[in-house]
Amino acid sequence: MTQLLKDEDRIFKNLYGTQDWGLDGARQRGAWEGTGAMLAQGRDWIIEQVKASGLRGRGGAGFPTGLKWSFMPKEVGERPHYLVVNADESEPGTCKDREMMRHDPHLLIEGCLVASFGMQAHAAYIYLRGEYTFERKRLQAAVDQAYEAGLIGKNACGSGWDFDVFVHHGAGAYICGEETALLESLEGKKGQPRLKPPFPANAGLYGCPTTVNNVESIAVVPTILRKGADWFAGFGRENNKGTKVFSISGHVNAPCNVEEALSIPLKTLIDTHAGGVRGGWDNLKAIIPGGSSVPLLPKEICDTVLMDFDALREHQSGLGTAAVIVMDQSTDIVKAIARLSYFYKHESCGQCTPCREGTGWMWRVMERMVRGEAETHEIDMLLDVSKQVEGHTICALGDAAAWPVQGLIRHFRHEIEERINLYRTGRPVFVQAAE
Amino acid sequence: MSDLRTIKIDGVEHDVPAEYTLMQACEEFGNAEIPRFCYHERLSVAGNCRMCLVEWEGAPKPQASCALQVKDLRPNRDGSPAHIKTNSPLVKKAREGVMEFLLINHPLDCPICDQGGECDLQDQAMAYGRDFSRFEENKRAVDDKHMGPLVNTIMTRCIQCTRCVRFITEVAGVQEIGLVNRGEDAEITTYLEQSLTSELSGNVIDLCPVGALTSKPYAFNARPWELDKVESVDVMDAVGSNIRVDSRRDAVLRILPVVNDDVNEEWISDKTRFVWDGLTRQRLDRPFVRENGKLRQAGWDEALALAAEKLKGDPGRIAAIAGDLCDAESMFALKELMGSLGVQNIDCRQDGSLVGTGSRESYLFNTTIAGIDRADAILLVGANPRLEAPIINARIRKRWLEGGLDVGMIGEVADLTYDYDHAGETAADLVNFSRASTGFAAALKDAENPMIVVGQGALVGEEGLALLSALGNLMSGPNFAREDWNPFNVLHTAAARVGGLDMGFVPGEGGKSASGILDAAERGDMDTVYLLGADEFDASRLKNSFVIYQGHHGDAGAHVADIILPGCAYTEKDGLYVNTEGRVQMGMRAVPPKGMAKEDWAIIRALSAAVDRVLPFDTQSELRDQLVEKHPTFGALGYAPGAVASTAFDVSTLGKDGALSSETLRSPVADFYMTNPIARASNVMAECSALLDGPTLAEAAE
Repeated sequence: MTQLLKDEDRIFKNLYGTQDWGLDGARQRGAWEGTGAMLAQGRDWIIEQVKASGLRGRGGAGFPTGLKWSFMPKEVGERPHYLVVNADESEPGTCKDREMMRHDPHLLIEGCLVASFGMQAHAAYIYLRGEYTFERKRLQAAVDQAYEAGLIGKNACGSGWDFDVFVHHGAGAYICGEETALLESLEGKKGQPRLKPPFPANAGLYGCPTTVNNVESIAVVPTILRKGADWFAGFGRENNKGTKVFSISGHVNAPCNVEEALSIPLKTLIDTHAGGVRGGWDNLKAIIPGGSSVPLLPKEICDTVLMDFDALREHQSGLGTAAVIVMDQSTDIVKAIARLSYFYKHESCGQCTPCREGTGWMWRVMERMVRGEAETHEIDMLLDVSKQVEGHTICALGDAAAWPVQGLIRHFRHEIEERINLYRTGRPVFVQAAE
Repeated sequence: MSDLRTIKIDGVEHDVPAEYTLMQACEEFGNAEIPRFCYHERLSVAGNCRMCLVEWEGAPKPQASCALQVKDLRPNRDGSPAHIKTNSPLVKKAREGVMEFLLINHPLDCPICDQGGECDLQDQAMAYGRDFSRFEENKRAVDDKHMGPLVNTIMTRCIQCTRCVRFITEVAGVQEIGLVNRGEDAEITTYLEQSLTSELSGNVIDLCPVGALTSKPYAFNARPWELDKVESVDVMDAVGSNIRVDSRRDAVLRILPVVNDDVNEEWISDKTRFVWDGLTRQRLDRPFVRENGKLRQAGWDEALALAAEKLKGDPGRIAAIAGDLCDAESMFALKELMGSLGVQNIDCRQDGSLVGTGSRESYLFNTTIAGIDRADAILLVGANPRLEAPIINARIRKRWLEGGLDVGMIGEVADLTYDYDHAGETAADLVNFSRASTGFAAALKDAENPMIVVGQGALVGEEGLALLSALGNLMSGPNFAREDWNPFNVLHTAAARVGGLDMGFVPGEGGKSASGILDAAERGDMDTVYLLGADEFDASRLKNSFVIYQGHHGDAGAHVADIILPGCAYTEKDGLYVNTEGRVQMGMRAVPPKGMAKEDWAIIRALSAAVDRVLPFDTQSELRDQLVEKHPTFGALGYAPGAVASTAFDVSTLGKDGALSSETLRSPVADFYMTNPIARASNVMAECSALLDGPTLAEAAE
């Protein structure tokens, strides 16, 4: 039996909001403790510690955080440096950042200070998803508390470093979670991804060196520095270190967010923390392990797979945001993926051709396949179209739209074929009308 | 340029400048052809069509070659140079994929599309697409948008390349086209469906790679392959934009730009592009003679004989004024004829300007249009380049967008599409300006490459000469006169003006200038006035004189004429034109003259025979030889002198001392669309002009 994460090793001790979210509560839980001393250790130490901890970005792509920070120019030139925190958490199934900002906002603010200091940024922008109005108020209140306590602002934490945090509220577009689209939106423009290169570390917000990190990536940093990189690296497998907040939703008995060590078996995760699959593990059909954009996994794989970047990649899926979407046998899996296709069609920014045209095409074919109103060869065509979108776009939304469809065809082609056959023999599957 | 990187293109190693994009590198060094839709070399890089994808060996995804620079390529792990493939199976598949996506929602209406035959999508679908479609769903339809009287929209055809958006925002400088909505609902539109207000809006028609934006006046007129194409020179302003005149039989059907980086890059103004419908209206297609107060048709012999009789009178009471659209040859012929008759009252400056009798530098745009790219401070005096020369204005804006350019202006406030420091309204404000040591005045003094651009609005009459003299004083600083830089620029508005000044089509010994001629005519002291296409003044002042009008449109001059000799418009004759830089360019005949009309030089040659002063040439090329012999500058085709003689150019000789006017300096172009007889005859220009007063017309039309 795998060792579960002990309570004292949790970074987000108030994930469920049972305690005071404010400064006093946060301090009792250890936040803002010795922050000044951390900064006194210097920038290189901070970046080295984060590198040593093995922290990989928590927003989906899993890029090593310390390495990303080290891409920033070593010295501040004419252009100021910026830290931008991506709190545009819009991936269907994902709701971890929301809880952190609601119940443990000070961890994020402290993380902003530490990370910004490490990258010599005097300002951090937190770009909040448009729908997160409550979180904005809570976060702003926490920021105000931190200013009042002298933790940020002029001479933050007595370090001699001036530091400001700005909470920016987006307008609720999925694409604005893409880092360069987020920067465009933050600059007041239409949220459309930029071409890379130049990468944000070279020319980001207002053309200045910028690092964009997920809320969780930033919020865990102070605790890592307090407890030591070794402590954090003690969790999970090689190359998949640390703890992670999983959002478990769908057909489980107790949907929840839970912080666990990476590389925990998926089955353990669900059985221990989410009360198990509705109707028992054998009633499981498929799981999307990392938010809507990664390919789903059928039960056979779910039985044994570990929840980390590399294990899921071996199964041609991904950890993504670690939003586990559980679907039991009652699920119309084709319709479920068709709904995701609709989502990506709806959220495509329309800038580049393959995504603009391809997402709509895939959705329409998917809708027909839900009813079985298609030809068998169209399954291969759909797969080919998804391959034509994947990797040909400016940003990763094209990939995100293609992967669920590819996962469906990879693992559930027989269901689509069956539906087509039923439709052609005059016994169409009853499907609820699309909303 | 010295920073070279070695990369492999399709298996062959090349040393390529690091700042090149992959597209440039592959095309220039690898002899590869990279298809593209959104990329345009004079616009910012969007990288959104994804047609230009190439394979970078080892990279997980194909790369957009328009956006990736050579310096961004890392060598392979083993140190060998990065390998770019432009014709691999992966690239072929990627192109076919993008092409398929572009076509799934593109209507198959090529047979009724005006872009047919010159459509990038058509061509590239043939070259890079598949020959079948797998798309079984319904195609998308998009509502057409209103973009004014010039640009026709069929938005279902749009492929969202955003070239038009980038052109209007970047080059034209008005944010009037944008991409609204997102995903497959993304649409190109003018905000609130208003007409475009830019003078350069027609260029989006050329830029559009498909048939979404087409020419409204040209709609359904012709197919590109049935047109005769002649490269020529525009005469709507003094820029001398290089154009291609497309005609079928005797009708000009459209006018397109020709690339000339020294002059118009690849843009032309809307007036240049859409004036052609004026070439078929209000035309003088036969000689007329006034009889009992009414014009009646006449034969050439009768008209010429009558004109000759009038020209045989007292040369002191005869005058000739040349207009703004004349070719150099006809002006030269007229000057020679008047010279042989002893007439000293000749002028090519019908607007009353007295500038242009000194050295050539004193009336040219010496910095040259391409020189704007190097300027770091520009003072505009009484000039509104947006109206007087939109192409030059776009060049200034381009330089301004690069940063490091200060612009100052003395004259009437106007929206020039770039920021400027308003340093005064009147010529008299120049006094304070020259004393000031802050703001733009300081920037101009400290500038490495300063420019002073004085417009025709500031150069009328004696006051114009006084202003020139003041500008001469201003330019006495050390940074102004240099071997490689001449900062003094006169922005002309008339295509014929510099040519006229170059050949000395100005009053001779004791002769009267244009305003003097008009004054004398009003007093009844001028018996005969010969107008060579001159219409831009109050023609009613000539009612006491006998007026011979030689020209191509029934405009102001023809209304007061007693004899009309029908000539040719610029599309109907060969001719030399000298632009504001002093660049001599040759216009070419695209269509035959209308009706009984004749080429202008030939009319004057025939008239010379009728007055027994036979001019010594029988063909236009003999005439041209004599012109070049007397005025060698006409021999250097395509050449602008620029700063060649700038060290010999003495700014203190500019103009004449006098009192500076305290009246607001206004541009002579009040209505951009109505500046000459051809434009005034054009319905399209009239429609554009009406829109200047407000959008009420559009509402009434519905």
